[in-house]
Amino acid sequence: MQIKVNGAPQEIETGLSVTGLLVRNKVEQPDMVSVQLNGEFVQRDRFAATAFQEGDEVDFLYFMGGGR
Amino acid sequence: MPLSEEQLERFSRHIILKDVGVEGQEKILRGKVLIVGAGGLGAPAALYLAAAGVGTIGIVDGDVVDRTNLQRQVIHFTPDIGKAKVISAQEKILQINPGVAVQIHQERLFAHNILDIIRRYDFVIDGTDNFPAKFLINDACVLARKAFSHGGILRFDGQTMTYVPGSACYRCVFLQPPPKDAVPTCAQAGVLGAVAGMLGTIQAAEALKYLIGKGRLLTDRLLIFHALTMEFRTVRFQRNPACPVCGAHPTITGLQDYEQGTCDLRKPR
Repeated sequence: MQIKVNGAPQEIETGLSVTGLLVRNKVEQPDMVSVQLNGEFVQRDRFAATAFQEGDEVDFLYFMGGGR
Repeated sequence: MPLSEEQLERFSRHIILKDVGVEGQEKILRGKVLIVGAGGLGAPAALYLAAAGVGTIGIVDGDVVDRTNLQRQVIHFTPDIGKAKVISAQEKILQINPGVAVQIHQERLFAHNILDIIRRYDFVIDGTDNFPAKFLINDACVLARKAFSHGGILRFDGQTMTYVPGSACYRCVFLQPPPKDAVPTCAQAGVLGAVAGMLGTIQAAEALKYLIGKGRLLTDRLLIFHALTMEFRTVRFQRNPACPVCGAHPTITGLQDYEQGTCDLRKPR
């Protein structure tokens, strides 16, 4: 099935969780990303239990701490 | 007080803008903006806000200029190495526009002093380089109902959002500071100097929009760009009911200092 990850279509297998999607997209430090699913933030302790449905829109928002 | 001949001439390219005009320029001249960190983000922000005629610019920084700063912190020049950043910044601001009242705060912000400093300003620009400071600024601005601009940069990436009372805050997106050692620092990871300039000038534009009250601020959205591909993206969001500071059941009702991460360790001079 197809979902949108950071605005781009991505084909994924049914049943894939947020945790699985992070691995699939080679996010090395899941601690460093906030995940928004269809406009709502997914709580970190729900990453493993949250699976996607056709047409879901997912955004990864990364901590960015620099400024100097 | 009507604008002087000198001001009408100096700010003519603002005044000619339909959304600024004399009235908008007068708001800018009455405006008070605090810039936290006279570094990669704070330097370009300070230069543009000074040029724009912001009446009072506060600069918070407890650091001195070193050679590694000069690649991106464009308000500091080579002869400034060793000079306090607030002094170096003040000198350049006054050279661009002697009409600016510069307030220097040669210190770092902590839970015990931040509220007393930010209350003197209309808008705060976060140009800090570490999460304890970014979360502290967010919490203080939310609790004090003060508008601010968040900015973060790393390598070729930048992100920014604006908070005004009632909009989603930084914690709505990032609930807690990340694990202390999880984040590569600017010193470890590097940053393209121009990326700091791109982001700092976006923050300056947000401050000016806030002062003149025109347009749509970057609220309830995070602007993200990647300079290597020069792609910009805006991610929309809403206030997070689980936000610990502005959510339905806030657990943060006062300020606290977080442990400083490695990005904050200064190399000995």
